[in-house]
Amino acid sequence: MSEFLRPRLSAMEAAWVIARRDFVAVLFSRAFLFFLLGPLFPVIVGGLAGSIGGEVQRDAVSVEVGLAMSPADNAAMTAAAGRLTDQLGPALPLLRPVPEAEGDSAFDAREFMEARRGNYAAIVTGTLAAPKLVGTEGQIARWQGPVGLVAGHAMEAEPTAFPGVATEAVATSAASERSTRVQTAQIAQMLLFLLTMLLAGMVLSNLVEEKANKIIEILAAAIPMDAVFMGKLFAMLAVSFVGIAVWGLAAFGLWSLGGDAITQVTGFDPARLPAPAVGWPLFVALGIIYFAMAYLLLGALFLTIGSMATSVREVQTLSMPVTMLQLMVFFLAAYTIKQPGSALEMAAIAFPLSSPFAMLARAAMEPELWTHALAIAWQAGAVLLLVKGGSLLFRKRVMKSGGAGREKVKKGLRANA
Amino acid sequence: MDMAVSDQMRAGNQGEGFSAIPSDARPLAIEARGLVKSFDGTRAVDGVDISVPEGAIYGILGPNGAGKTTTLRMLLGIIDPDEGVRRVFGHDRPHDIGRLIGYLPEERGLYPAMKCIEAIAFMGALRGLPLKEGRARAVELLERHGLTHAADRQIRQLSKGMAQTVQLLGTLVHKPRLVVLDEPFSGLDAINQGKLEQMIRALADDGVTVIFSTHVIHHAERLCEGVAIIAGGKVPYAGSVEAARDRIPAQVRLETRAREGGWLSFLPPETRRNGDFFHFPLPESGIEPLLKGLIEGEAGILSLSIERAGLHDAFVAIAGEAAARQLQADNEGDRA
Repeated sequence: MSEFLRPRLSAMEAAWVIARRDFVAVLFSRAFLFFLLGPLFPVIVGGLAGSIGGEVQRDAVSVEVGLAMSPADNAAMTAAAGRLTDQLGPALPLLRPVPEAEGDSAFDAREFMEARRGNYAAIVTGTLAAPKLVGTEGQIARWQGPVGLVAGHAMEAEPTAFPGVATEAVATSAASERSTRVQTAQIAQMLLFLLTMLLAGMVLSNLVEEKANKIIEILAAAIPMDAVFMGKLFAMLAVSFVGIAVWGLAAFGLWSLGGDAITQVTGFDPARLPAPAVGWPLFVALGIIYFAMAYLLLGALFLTIGSMATSVREVQTLSMPVTMLQLMVFFLAAYTIKQPGSALEMAAIAFPLSSPFAMLARAAMEPELWTHALAIAWQAGAVLLLVKGGSLLFRKRVMKSGGAGREKVKKGLRANA
Repeated sequence: MDMAVSDQMRAGNQGEGFSAIPSDARPLAIEARGLVKSFDGTRAVDGVDISVPEGAIYGILGPNGAGKTTTLRMLLGIIDPDEGVRRVFGHDRPHDIGRLIGYLPEERGLYPAMKCIEAIAFMGALRGLPLKEGRARAVELLERHGLTHAADRQIRQLSKGMAQTVQLLGTLVHKPRLVVLDEPFSGLDAINQGKLEQMIRALADDGVTVIFSTHVIHHAERLCEGVAIIAGGKVPYAGSVEAARDRIPAQVRLETRAREGGWLSFLPPETRRNGDFFHFPLPESGIEPLLKGLIEGEAGILSLSIERAGLHDAFVAIAGEAAARQLQADNEGDRA
């Protein structure tokens, strides 16, 4: 025996051995490739259709920036944009004079935007030498440069300098901000649900391979069963992150190619999505953590259910009630978005399986952070409990005896009946 | 083995509820007392006691469904007993010393897409052997068993016999101190059974304790120092093979020229006649008074041999005719 080796692996080391094997095996399997490509087909088809539609209706793309300058400046700006479009294409907004501003010296672009009149991403006021962009922070960031570029070209054919573009961010009231954050919460919940639904299902059939190939007993003899469960869960979580990364990159690529067209077709513009209460960076971080928790919680449950199955067919039979369970959990969490502080929201937060969904929505709506620390600790504890319970059940129900012994038990049962 | 583990092993052998170390004073690799396990109200194992000294080859002998696999699983900590205690190298929780144990289950299994070398290294990694070290040892083991050409082949590309060998090598790659084999001869042809016997002997020569279950008496008889005979979940006998054989008297086989005569009265009442031969247990008074009677009675002795009872006879005497018949049927099933 090698003297450098300890008598046993720690639970973490044991889980790592399982996770490493499973991760590599799943990642380099053909099934995973098809799994990755599956959701991309509708997205690609939708993207292509949107892109074609966008080309056809380029003029109608809703990324319009209103012009509320003098009639002469409006005309100069429109003409300059027309000249530049050939070279810059979609990098420029469509400039449209705001009819309500014509002849109205008291036109207030800010008030106009806040009243959500028209369909403008932003409005340019001022003069060619001193243009001013009024809009949400996201739209200002997007169009400040192009507006300065167009204004420069509107002043002279080959400008050597471009005017600075003053900005005025459109503020919303606290009440309206809260109401618009519901949209962010709903979208985040929906995304979380779709990802867990797509990915956690993989765990259902995870132990079937080991059982079908009779490897499970080797694993169970060498390391504790909860380490096997934990390793499998984390391997599948890592695989999920790979999947999300691939899908994310694909989505980013599609958006880069035809974001305007997608916005046109779907009416969804992420730049207009209200910022969550905890801010975008923290919201994204919490989103990743809650995805991991939702995945681990559902995964531990699915692993336990799936481990009781003896064949892929049985796993398929189990899929339907499991999907129903996922839907119920999602509906519970979704229902509570508009009932902050209610007993139902507390119940959704306390119930481990709906907790990540409810808490992600809360991150969009409420700025407090301590509740997230508490919820994450609770969810992690629930993962451990589920894994422990699942492994105990597995040992009790599945690792009974050899083939002949099982027959004997059946005979015994028949005799007792 | 490090000192701490060795000390714990010895300490464990003298713990509460366990018998003393056997007469040869070797520490025990495995000690189990009163193991009971029920499944769905049926007792699969019913009060099993086993003591296996370090370095021994030990067989658990019984027909299919007798409780062999369940016993082994309890000894290894795969399942916990409902009652009773088990200790492996003095530890109540076998997983705590997983590094010291190698286990080949009855239902063989490997990941079909894995290469042989990776499969062996993975099984080592489960027991704490670093992957790099495991791969290096896998190369050595494959070479030693004439399977170098299969090192980079996927398991699914191997014959059944080769796959079984690869799994056995995976069981041994981390150099365990205790090797537990559940029906290791099952499914092997005669040549591979012979190779496996050699491998088991070689392990024992290196001081490794080997415990295996079987329903083939010959393997146990040829290999084992000790056996536990298990039938119906109970262990009516656990001890040395020699002591098992000594439980029934030697058998006398006599051939005579005369068919009748007064000499017949010298034969014990249990005598069975089979053609020209008489079979009976060696009388407690020894062979001399019998010989004298046969000669004086002019039986005309053509041949007389005293045969020591085999393990099969011991099994029949200990476990009963029914268990022996089932064992025979299992063997025939294997051959079929």
